[in-house]
Amino acid sequence: MYKIFLTFILSILLLPYSSTFAVEVDMLIPPSDFQAFDTPNDDGKSVTLRWPSSPSESTEAEYVVYASLRKNGPFTTEVLRINSKTMYEEGSDSNFHYVEIKPGKFFNKDSDVTGGRSSYFFRLVMMSNSENVTVNEIASATPKGNWFNWKKLNNFIILIAFSTLVLWFIEHAKKNPNLYLRKISGLDAIDDALGRATEMGKPVLYVHGLNGMGSISTIAAVNILGRIAIRVAEYDTTLKVSNIDPIVLSVSQEVVKESYLEAGRPDAYVEDNVFMAASEQFPYVAAVSGIMIREKTAANFFMGYFYAESLILAETGASTGAIQIAATDSYTQLPFFITTCDYTLIGEELYAASAYLSREPLLLGSLRAQDIAKGIIITALVVGAALATIGIGFISFIFKAS
Amino acid sequence: MDKKTDVSILTWILVAFCVINIFFLVTGKLGFDAKGLGIITAVALTLAMYSFLYKDNPVFKIAENLFVGVAMGYWIIITWFNILKPDVFEQLIVPFFKDTGNAPQYIVIIPTLLGIFMLLRFSDKLSWLSRWSFAFVVGLGAGITIPNFIHAFILKQLTFDSLIAGSLPDSINNFLILLGVVSVLIYFFFSLEHKGVIGGVSRIGVWFLMIAFGASFGFTVMARMSLLIGRIQFLIRDWLGIIQ
Repeated sequence: MYKIFLTFILSILLLPYSSTFAVEVDMLIPPSDFQAFDTPNDDGKSVTLRWPSSPSESTEAEYVVYASLRKNGPFTTEVLRINSKTMYEEGSDSNFHYVEIKPGKFFNKDSDVTGGRSSYFFRLVMMSNSENVTVNEIASATPKGNWFNWKKLNNFIILIAFSTLVLWFIEHAKKNPNLYLRKISGLDAIDDALGRATEMGKPVLYVHGLNGMGSISTIAAVNILGRIAIRVAEYDTTLKVSNIDPIVLSVSQEVVKESYLEAGRPDAYVEDNVFMAASEQFPYVAAVSGIMIREKTAANFFMGYFYAESLILAETGASTGAIQIAATDSYTQLPFFITTCDYTLIGEELYAASAYLSREPLLLGSLRAQDIAKGIIITALVVGAALATIGIGFISFIFKAS
Repeated sequence: MDKKTDVSILTWILVAFCVINIFFLVTGKLGFDAKGLGIITAVALTLAMYSFLYKDNPVFKIAENLFVGVAMGYWIIITWFNILKPDVFEQLIVPFFKDTGNAPQYIVIIPTLLGIFMLLRFSDKLSWLSRWSFAFVVGLGAGITIPNFIHAFILKQLTFDSLIAGSLPDSINNFLILLGVVSVLIYFFFSLEHKGVIGGVSRIGVWFLMIAFGASFGFTVMARMSLLIGRIQFLIRDWLGIIQ
């Protein structure tokens, strides 16, 4: 009888600790499967690991993956450690984990035992504070590169379709050179600005943005520079072009030289007028601001992609009383140009400017094709939104970005 | 104001600056060491740059040229240590003349040649070769940029949400986003005259653009104010020691 009583008393005393015992008694249940395979559509450096979720997943539990170059191990190289409640496969409703890793980062090339492409072996361990359980399966995969990323097929189709449109409209523009282009007031003001500079006998300053030749806005700016340089040569005034990038400098020199040649004034071209003002952002601002103040430029053009220097440049130019025309697709800097310049070409107007100025079929056709592409996008947006509203979402898959 | 007044203002400011710094150095408020002299130099350059707010002057010109020269020197060093030395000198030239255990990376010759072609602009006879480099840079830039543009600026933006969301404000928000995107796109139509319906919709687009620019303007101005505060803090705390 006293044993029963003692057991009862002990049970009551241990009751508060019962939950602790319960946690310790809870065994981690490892995932029932573990797969590794070459990541599709990649450059051949990545392997994908996939395993079903375990019922004992919690924020305290972690999944750790060890890798080896041999099937028999040793599995000592940790290649992944994640919380067990993360990295679920998209669309699996949290039933599978899906992780891409680059095992090559963890192994020295010299330890490649396969004499070529390395196969990697992986062991999955589930860990909590008190326990580690290892999944029985050892998964293996050999990363292979793919020539084509099928996930970007829609990107490729759009590129081809758009290129076809551009080529078709270029041909169309060659046959019909009077394609309509709406008025862009900032560009109409270029002639006024150049005329004013000529009348005043003061130079025209063309300021490039900060990006290099790889930037589309710089390419557009160089195109505009060519057209402006022709007019400047015809008006026989001085054009100064400030650059921050040596490659843009060289291209600008070449473009201005050719424009002077085209205008029949190669003798008027002065190479030193297309110069590198500085190589860093704020020294560039200081140098260009100094030029504006000292040379009292009559017209300033800010063309390309600008950053924090835009307001300082445009403010300085405005203080000198120069006519200022800016063109940029840097939407963070557009407000500053709008407030300080006489005319501002916003975003795509920068790209349209060279077509507008030159009316070359090549550029006109491209511009018309861009408008058609915009029309397609607008239609897709309106139709897609309407379909999504009534619960049909297939159009999202057509334009899915991956 | 006339030039004489400007010169006297400049002279008095320089005298005051020297007196203040000598006082700080003598009293030990600024150490006669690298830190103290560094603060004085930074203050001098800061004030020189701000002097442009009054008007262009010789002190600003000195600071401006110093700024440009230092930046250029820094850029040359960065180019050597980050590009030429690790990518050309150590990969191609050193292994070619010396056994380093690594084979010379002959593939580096191609970009090196393209780089040298750029420098040939100084030669009248060979400057045409620089166009090869330009063509490569422009072509490569466009080739890399265009697919990324399609990905980031078209496909990433083309996600379709239901116009009728969970709540009325969300529904209005979705509708405004659609209206904003469509009207701004129509504003950037160059093939159609902005009259009639197109003109009306593009006018809405202009409103959306201007509201966005206004918000961006206010946000950036506040960021610039914090930069100004930082400089003023440097002057009155690190230099004058008025605040701690």
